[in-house]
Amino acid sequence: MTEKVFKKTNKPVFYKNHNISLWQRPRIFFLIMGISIIVIILLGYAIGTKLVDEPILVAGVIVGLGLGLLVINIGLTRSFEKIAEANEMKSEFIRIVSHQLRAPISNCRWATEFLISGKLGKAEEKQQKYFNILRENVKRMQELISKLLTVSMIESGKLPLKIEAFPLQNLIQDLILKFRPLAEASGVKVIFTHEPDIPQAVGDSSQTKVVLENLLDNAIRYASLPLKDHEGKVRIHLRAKNDSLYFEIKDNGIGVSESDQKYIFQKFFRGEKVLKYRTQGSGLGLYISKSIIDELGGKIGFSSVPQKGSTFWFTLPIK
Amino acid sequence: MKKILFVEDESALQQTFGDFLRQEGYKVVKALDGEAGVKLAKSEKPDLILLDLILPKLNGFEVLEKLKKDPEVKDIPVIILTHLEETKDIQRAIEAGARSYLVKSSYSLSDLLEKVKQVFG
Repeated sequence: MTEKVFKKTNKPVFYKNHNISLWQRPRIFFLIMGISIIVIILLGYAIGTKLVDEPILVAGVIVGLGLGLLVINIGLTRSFEKIAEANEMKSEFIRIVSHQLRAPISNCRWATEFLISGKLGKAEEKQQKYFNILRENVKRMQELISKLLTVSMIESGKLPLKIEAFPLQNLIQDLILKFRPLAEASGVKVIFTHEPDIPQAVGDSSQTKVVLENLLDNAIRYASLPLKDHEGKVRIHLRAKNDSLYFEIKDNGIGVSESDQKYIFQKFFRGEKVLKYRTQGSGLGLYISKSIIDELGGKIGFSSVPQKGSTFWFTLPIK
Repeated sequence: MKKILFVEDESALQQTFGDFLRQEGYKVVKALDGEAGVKLAKSEKPDLILLDLILPKLNGFEVLEKLKKDPEVKDIPVIILTHLEETKDIQRAIEAGARSYLVKSSYSLSDLLEKVKQVFG
């Protein structure tokens, strides 16, 4: 009901996504303040008339105060609304720009692919190198735009979810195969174990794949970062636990520093340690992963010991 | 030789994907807006129509609806090729009779070629 009454700028999804509680939303805040002021005026009048000889004076003062507070209240509410609007416009801006960038980036991607294919004439080795640079960087742009659009869909509550039962272990195995070139190039060993007779997960398999890709990508990259006597290892384990599926991924990389740990799921956050080794990376992967797992009714978390490694986990409901 | 009608307003795409398909042995007819798309579908009777959704004059949905109402062209398979990826757009296109719906950024040129070959069996 509140959604219908206060719909205009203050989209409920926007507030939910920014963890703004009900009483902090401008319209509701205004209502609460208004009611408090009226109550104070009435109480003040009631008390004043009992204690003082000139009730009209008391009434006058209290009404005056009340009006003053009302004006402050209106001002405050307006400021909150403006801030909320500005925030929403930021999201809209990102969404619009990302959408417009898709077309030129797609064009570059296909033109580069056509050139590299050799069907337009074989390129010299020197030229091939530069075509490959083009291809890599167009891919980076495309991935970033994709992530930005996913974030804007999450924030406007429009992330499409198709809920069905699916075998999570198969998804994991496929991804490990897909990431094998990266793991080998980074000198990291990936081990996957799971309980026998694992039940199927209930959720959106393509969004879950996004989460898995992000966690696996992070784990491999962290595990490959230089440490003394280091052999990069990533261990993945899947089991049933308390009516859910429990997925865990451990890496033996540099870990996340204590001071960074509480920001790790925030948008655009990149830990100070990892920035030293890898300046690429959008800082959106974990924010997106957390949002997806939350939407699917699961939980996500991590623990980390600097210089020893990190463990990321999530749960999903089962059939 | 199979004939493909490519309805797309971006000339870079018309050039790239058009040339790519021609190299693979298909005849490619260009339409740069929705109206031309409908007109050329009727006059050329292609074996496949690749249809963008955001087009000048008539948008892709309107083109699709017009084609499916016309007995001369309603059986030509239509593959939507677009940047739009919201569920409501996908649903609307499939319900209007599109054979499949491909989001441009998810496909490489060779993926798209596979999809085209699938239509021809």
